[in-house]
Amino acid sequence: MIKTDILIIGAGPTGLFTVFEAGLLKLKCHLIDALPQPGGQCSEIYPKKPIYDIPAYPEILAGDLTEKLLEQGKQFEPGFTLGERAETIEKQDDGTFIVTTNKGTKHHAPVVAIAGGLGSFEPRKPKIHNIHLYEDKGVEYMIKDPEIYRDKKVVIAGGGDSALDWSIFLTDVAKEVTLIHRRNEFRGALDSVEKVQELKNQGKINLITPAEVVGILGEDHVTGVVVEQVQQIKKEFEIECDHFVPLFGLSPKLGPIADWGLEIEKNAIKVNNALDYQTNIPGIFAIGDVNTYPGKLKLILCGFHEATLMCQAAYQIINPGKRYVLKYTTVSGIDGFDGSRKEAPKAVVKAIE
Amino acid sequence: MEMQDIKLTIIDRDGVTHDVDAPTDMAMNLMEVIRSYELAPEGTIGICGGMAMCASCQCYVLSDHELPEMQDDEEAMLSEAFDVQENSRLGCQIQITPEMDGLKIELAPES
Repeated sequence: MIKTDILIIGAGPTGLFTVFEAGLLKLKCHLIDALPQPGGQCSEIYPKKPIYDIPAYPEILAGDLTEKLLEQGKQFEPGFTLGERAETIEKQDDGTFIVTTNKGTKHHAPVVAIAGGLGSFEPRKPKIHNIHLYEDKGVEYMIKDPEIYRDKKVVIAGGGDSALDWSIFLTDVAKEVTLIHRRNEFRGALDSVEKVQELKNQGKINLITPAEVVGILGEDHVTGVVVEQVQQIKKEFEIECDHFVPLFGLSPKLGPIADWGLEIEKNAIKVNNALDYQTNIPGIFAIGDVNTYPGKLKLILCGFHEATLMCQAAYQIINPGKRYVLKYTTVSGIDGFDGSRKEAPKAVVKAIE
Repeated sequence: MEMQDIKLTIIDRDGVTHDVDAPTDMAMNLMEVIRSYELAPEGTIGICGGMAMCASCQCYVLSDHELPEMQDDEEAMLSEAFDVQENSRLGCQIQITPEMDGLKIELAPES
């Protein structure tokens, strides 16, 4: 069981900045994120895109913002459970919470801060009428363990980087790799596209474009797919395979959080914005893009503000009645949980003769 | 200003037709106009914020207006999206201009 003061769900910019603000109040944080790396959308969707409205940064790349936030919070030693999705929450008799992930990892904390952005990123599933019958029976929406494809016949669908990169990778593992894309053009890093071209020329990747998988065959496991190809005339044919891997990117879904008994409006969690961004369940807060209130703006800078106020309320819950006043970091410096100290250099008092 | 508004017809995902006014001087795109009228629930449209990276604002162009040509990233995104038709466009890539007065579009299903 992982124990912490504030359990943060979502390791995007708002969640990461919470670590810093909580640290100033001597509260420890642990973050859960379904993605394998911190940064949320900033790392997953647009790491190379610039952001222009972070105060004091005329321009900063989303990926760099993530790095800076991690560095800013480092001395407060946040814990991370990455690649796992927060699945259930149970309120204990003493008012604390136990949050369990889809992989069974349990987290115990008196305060939960949901900084989940648009939700957890789930693979986009193609609309093939019988696809759900084959999930985990030969249809995988993401590749977790490439070894399961050893000496198998694999059909990959998609036109982005992951479709290209996995097709390349699997040529060394699988018996047969077929890549199907709706268009002749692929959108991916140039060297990936060139590599696929090379492997196609060598006969190691069977490339079918412009085409689409429209059906899946098999009794209780995938044995083939039905492909529709449109070249002047439309034709349909079958390809024998053991696995079908559609890679059409990720889309965010609010997911299991929607079933936690929180008040939801417009796909976001309603909070008390007059006070502390607490939800209808005392002890559970929602900050950043995942919350809503009158006048809400989904901006990173608003998430920072919400995180800061939320931490003050968390302090009151964790330390009832204990006195505290806001201190400026310039005045009091920062004492890290790792024993480090940052402070302003002392002024020199010396007479001028 | 009233003069700068144009009229758009938008069919939402439930098939309901909406006639709306859209300003041409606020650098808005079609996705943003739809959001400003809340014709699709928040969180189901414009998820990537308008970077042509999610296709949640895909729409079908029903009138024969001449629209700005598709750029590579829009074309690439549409090639990976679902429910794509000949007349599919990403709303976020269509800036509202006076020439679009009377444009009629239908939102593609949520995916």
